[in-house]
Amino acid sequence: MSHRNARSYWKANLRIVFALLSIWFFISFVCGILLADFLDNFRIGGFKLGFWMAQQGSIYGFVILIFVYIRLMDRLDHQYKLDQIETAEKPFATSNPSAAKDSEAGDKA
Amino acid sequence: MSVQIWTYLFIFLSFGLYALIALWSRAGSTHDFYVAGGGISPLTNGMATAADWMSAASFISMAGLISFLGRDGAYFLMGWTGGYVLLALLLAPYLRKFGKFTVPAFIGDRYYSQSARLTAVFCAIVISFVYVCGQMQGAGIVFSRFLEVDITTGVIIGMTIVFFYAVLGGMKGITYTQVAQYCVLIFAYMVPAIFLSMMMTGNPIPQLGFGSELQPEYGGGYLLDRLDGLSEELGFGTYTTGQKSTQDVFFITAALMFGTAGLPHVIIRFFTVPSVRDARLSAGYALVFIAILYTTAPALAAFSKTNLLDTVNNAEYSTMPSWFSTWERTGLITFDDKNGDGRIQYVGDAQINELSVNRDIMVLANPEIAQLPNWVAALVAAGALAAALSTASGLLLVISTSISHDLIKRILRPQTTEKEELNYARIAIFFAVLIAGYFGINPPGFVAEVVAFAFGLAAASFFPAIVLGIFYSRMNRQGAVAGMVAGFTFTAAYIIYFKFVDPSMSTAEHWWFGISPEGIGTLGTMLNLVVALTVCRFTAEPPIEVQEIVRHIRLPGEHV
Repeated sequence: MSHRNARSYWKANLRIVFALLSIWFFISFVCGILLADFLDNFRIGGFKLGFWMAQQGSIYGFVILIFVYIRLMDRLDHQYKLDQIETAEKPFATSNPSAAKDSEAGDKA
Repeated sequence: MSVQIWTYLFIFLSFGLYALIALWSRAGSTHDFYVAGGGISPLTNGMATAADWMSAASFISMAGLISFLGRDGAYFLMGWTGGYVLLALLLAPYLRKFGKFTVPAFIGDRYYSQSARLTAVFCAIVISFVYVCGQMQGAGIVFSRFLEVDITTGVIIGMTIVFFYAVLGGMKGITYTQVAQYCVLIFAYMVPAIFLSMMMTGNPIPQLGFGSELQPEYGGGYLLDRLDGLSEELGFGTYTTGQKSTQDVFFITAALMFGTAGLPHVIIRFFTVPSVRDARLSAGYALVFIAILYTTAPALAAFSKTNLLDTVNNAEYSTMPSWFSTWERTGLITFDDKNGDGRIQYVGDAQINELSVNRDIMVLANPEIAQLPNWVAALVAAGALAAALSTASGLLLVISTSISHDLIKRILRPQTTEKEELNYARIAIFFAVLIAGYFGINPPGFVAEVVAFAFGLAAASFFPAIVLGIFYSRMNRQGAVAGMVAGFTFTAAYIIYFKFVDPSMSTAEHWWFGISPEGIGTLGTMLNLVVALTVCRFTAEPPIEVQEIVRHIRLPGEHV
């Protein structure tokens, strides 16, 4: 991978991480702690909303965030062709289709 | 069959299973021993990570703590799960790409320095030992209560099993046993929770049940409203609103999150999967498996608190069910009839209150309080042991690899052959087991306090050093070492002062910015960052080959 490509890959990676961590901060620290008392004015069923965010909602949010991250990174890796040569000996082995296939088999082993 | 016979049966079966796995998965090389050959599938690793992570504290103590803390208990829930987001986004994929065996190996290579490596070895060993003591104590409680053997015998049995699979199989043995232990512990945790939820609200899913209406025989109305009402009436404060100061809850949550992401026994689990993508994936799976227990815990807390208040408040002492006296015998419940009326007054006012309930029994006694079948109580005992042993084995491995790989091979005797290194690893784990066993039998009186220590220290030492090492290629050895030493020392000093030197001073008005010792790790983390960045600015850039390492770990896939 060229130097320029590596840089722009890293920048895109940082954007994803930053965006997801903002959501992470918002659902836990903001909704679950800072605004919890205010959110308690609203209810879902037997739960006050602030209480629910603190003890349930934030955790569901964390799980979703990691899977969104996995999806976005898969897409980014694919875009930069970083997803094909995981265990190959040599870089740029993708140009050779059989080598790429071998490395996939290696992944599963 | 009695609870005791069921317990013997379940413990015998589960321990037998762990021993079989140990025989089957023996490690032949250091690569096997340290990272299970690097060939663990992300799903398997996710499950093993969940068991590794969920300790005796999560299984036995957490729901009880939440039931006494009310909404504030959320700092455990958010702190111990939110850290996985940091782990998945900031650490796991890059450390996997780096491809070494241990956390000190990363610190030592990235910061091209033996003193950085040594600092990291020291932090890893202190953190892991502190944590392992808590596991042994948890195992001791279970053995003494459920098997009525003395704690010494119980701990020796537990240590023998851990010793067997950890020494033979290293990471390989530990991983597959942890998978089995996860299954045991999650089943044991969910069964009573589902039973309780069904009984009290008619909803089989505990996560929904605790927001539902109570069954008519429990008085109807929303469960949480009733719990709020009962708690207020008895002077405990409203269950669903916070009692602690907002900034303290904020700081404790952050310290637990950073600590989670910096704990070496969790980080090394991500070295066992084949690729960077698998590392991300297994962090996701791990959090799913953890979230099952962590979203059930607050439900269990609300159920058992309501049950407890309903059962004991203003009831006649002589009418208490049999579980009350069994737990009284262990000293975990104490009743002192201050006004001599033969009834139990369980209230918030310490002057009038006659009952003290140890938080740990909220989970362990739950099946009996709710009059569930005997086998459920026995299952909980087996689950608690699985939780304690799985975490203990992960921690022991960190101690062993820090000694055999980082200390002996990389610092003291670089000429060590692989075969010798493997022997050193086994000897190290043997002694670590002995020391941990000693602490299990003679638990230091301050285990609960020390766990806060482990998190604070991991947060203030490893977390910033690793994140900076990945995200800031200009970070150099002087900055990283200064940051780690500053963060570690500051956090340790604050906790030692308020917990051990002068505990009477440990009140909100004496704390800095109202931050309790549990939350000080957050400030330690910030201090580490500030010191590291400042020192780095005034010292030489890292050598070009180190900057090359950073470039290399940022890209998945490519092997150069």
